[in-house]
Amino acid sequence: MQESKLNLDFTKVEKAKQVSKNIANGVQKFVEDYTSVSVERTLCRLIGINGVDKFEVPLPNVVIDSLKEKNVLGEGVLFYIGNAILETGLTPQKIAEKIAFEQFDMVSLKINSTEEIQKAIQPYITESIEKINTRKNRRKDYLSTIGEGPKPYLYVIVATGNIYEDVLQAEAAARQGADIIAVIRTTGQSLLDFVPYGATTEGFGGTFATQENFRIMRTALDKVGEEVGRYIRLCNYCSGLCMPEIAAMGALEGLDVMLNDALYGILFRDINMQRTLIDQYFSRVINGFAGVIINTGEDNYLTTADAFEEAHTVLASDFINEQLALLAGIPEEQMGLGHAFEMDPELENGFLYELAQAQMTREIFPKAPLKYMPPTKFMTGNIFRGQIQNALFNEISIWTGQGIQLLGMITEAVHTPFMSDRYLAIENAKYIFNSMKNIGNEVEFKQDGIIQKRAKKVLDDAIEILENIDKVGLFTALEKGMFADIKRPKNGGKGLAGVVEKGSYYFNPFVELMKNR
Amino acid sequence: MSGLYSMDEKSQDTSLDLTKIKPYGDTMNDGKTQISFTLPVSCNDEAIEAAKQLMKKMGFENPQVVYYKELTKGFTFFNCYGSCTHTIDYSSIHVPKVESTVMDMDETDNFIKENLGRKIVVVGASTGTDAHTVGIDAIMNMKGYAGHFGLERYEMMEALNMGSQVPNDEFIAKAIEMKADVLLVSQTVTQKDVHIKNLTELVEMLEAEGLRDKVLLICGGPRISHELAKELGYDAGFSMNSYADDVASYVAQELNRRINS
Repeated sequence: MQESKLNLDFTKVEKAKQVSKNIANGVQKFVEDYTSVSVERTLCRLIGINGVDKFEVPLPNVVIDSLKEKNVLGEGVLFYIGNAILETGLTPQKIAEKIAFEQFDMVSLKINSTEEIQKAIQPYITESIEKINTRKNRRKDYLSTIGEGPKPYLYVIVATGNIYEDVLQAEAAARQGADIIAVIRTTGQSLLDFVPYGATTEGFGGTFATQENFRIMRTALDKVGEEVGRYIRLCNYCSGLCMPEIAAMGALEGLDVMLNDALYGILFRDINMQRTLIDQYFSRVINGFAGVIINTGEDNYLTTADAFEEAHTVLASDFINEQLALLAGIPEEQMGLGHAFEMDPELENGFLYELAQAQMTREIFPKAPLKYMPPTKFMTGNIFRGQIQNALFNEISIWTGQGIQLLGMITEAVHTPFMSDRYLAIENAKYIFNSMKNIGNEVEFKQDGIIQKRAKKVLDDAIEILENIDKVGLFTALEKGMFADIKRPKNGGKGLAGVVEKGSYYFNPFVELMKNR
Repeated sequence: MSGLYSMDEKSQDTSLDLTKIKPYGDTMNDGKTQISFTLPVSCNDEAIEAAKQLMKKMGFENPQVVYYKELTKGFTFFNCYGSCTHTIDYSSIHVPKVESTVMDMDETDNFIKENLGRKIVVVGASTGTDAHTVGIDAIMNMKGYAGHFGLERYEMMEALNMGSQVPNDEFIAKAIEMKADVLLVSQTVTQKDVHIKNLTELVEMLEAEGLRDKVLLICGGPRISHELAKELGYDAGFSMNSYADDVASYVAQELNRRINS
């Protein structure tokens, strides 16, 4: 029996996990019969198709659109590219270029036997897996030579819109003590059904996620990591309409952390739920294989719903995200399940409730590098109180052993962080993490006190909502607005047109190769 | 006379003159101001001197650098204090603002019942590429913000919050469908003035549809002022520290004025 400072009933936790597993299995049954334009574009990227045509359309889009136009995407891109390799003797990249620049039609080629096709494509699959393995080994080498900072990892964002300016900010943050640099994406990228190409210097509220930008930042962080003697992790956003493509780009370029929530896009970007659930699966298979820590986005629920009243929906979503991640082969050690410090500062004993919930999340997911989000909703522009709010948040984190600490910025709700804001945030966290280092081992909670009772209530409420979701299934639960008070229709939202049922020739060997690593 | 006992600095006029106000530290007209900034140079004596000289150029007397720290090579952060030499004629300032009496939810509901006798239809959204719902949620959602219930909670309002990233044309289509009396637009992201473009586009589209005069058009956001809103062709603008009460009171009174007078 696991020890609990909260006197949690672990048979209830077990039950919650069982119910969530049912919910996740229900989703998975649907997912396995379908693919999407983004999943297929991801396969293009994995077998080495890159670049753009003369209208700046990425070649993976060109290839997939050509299959979609002919209504044959259900057979999968690997089938047609594999066949085209046999018929033309060209590489996938050359075939893609031929489609883009010479109106080449690979669908009308003579179709070979599936075995031959699979054999023809195999070398490109192997090459891709090896490339990602090389990246993984590079990270492993760094961790065993220069090492890493202690947990909770200090996570800061850069968001200048210009990748070269981002590099400057990231280097400064690393030198000040940051462990994870997240490059915020430009507003609206999640709704683009393609990934822009090349290095970019223009963005609103963030920088485009492109493979070249990933490469530029990774190179810079390796360099500064060597300088400061600490491996610096790179984070980006594996969400929106290109979820699995971003995962593939991240795997190829050595990203370490990805925002990768199963439900976020549905709830907060109004992306179609079928599309999202199909895409999240393959994106997580890739992230799991690439050793990427996924971060889930439950904190976002609390920007719309109340943090005290809706705490159980955060926990319920963590349970579901965990089970969906397990199905995609993500080990618990790579699950940065999310939660947040978002209660109204005016709430009496708010700190105690936050402490109870953070400890509860820790005990329920003991191996997960939990992602703890700072106050945002009640940051007001009073930067002086903001610094205190962030301090309380930091105290809870070191007290309850969180994994990834998204540092709060005093200028939250004012502007994207100044270099000095980041410095003040890191200084705040380092001071508290050092000064209160072992408080978690020293302080116990009163039997049946406010803290223990709070944790018990949130868990009970989470189980209740999970049972309700299990009764109707996740799709219906989303339609009824059971998360974050947001209702989404099964056939509504963006991106449904990109969902295709798999045909009889369909194959995608990456899933098994990556899950059974 | 030793500096410690000098009365020179205290010789300033310590009476409040509204035609010449300046910052207040602990004595009237001391001009004391705190300021922090980062200079793109390494931390050394020259950097500190540069910070002081910059303070002087900004109009501060007796600039003091009380803290400095090199953030990364080539960037130094400063906390400074100084006495501001500039003054402002407060008595001559005029700021355009929303003219209405703020009522609480029950008062507003009663006001609408008595004066309009029907529900007011409000459609709101965070439009364009803006993904932030914090503003529109604070004003519209049932729960409201900081103890102020949102418009959805008002008995005499039919309020629809369309959420974030709503294109202007979809927003207008919904307004037509619901026969909206009031349109609320929230803009949080203001980088490179993206909010101005977006807000202007909405006005132009409403004008093209012949709808502009048929609705009360309101925008809000942390960087939006009533003055800016008027400039862009909106009826009113609400900034930080505005709540649903402020918006609802204005809406009720302004519609009453338009319909009944």
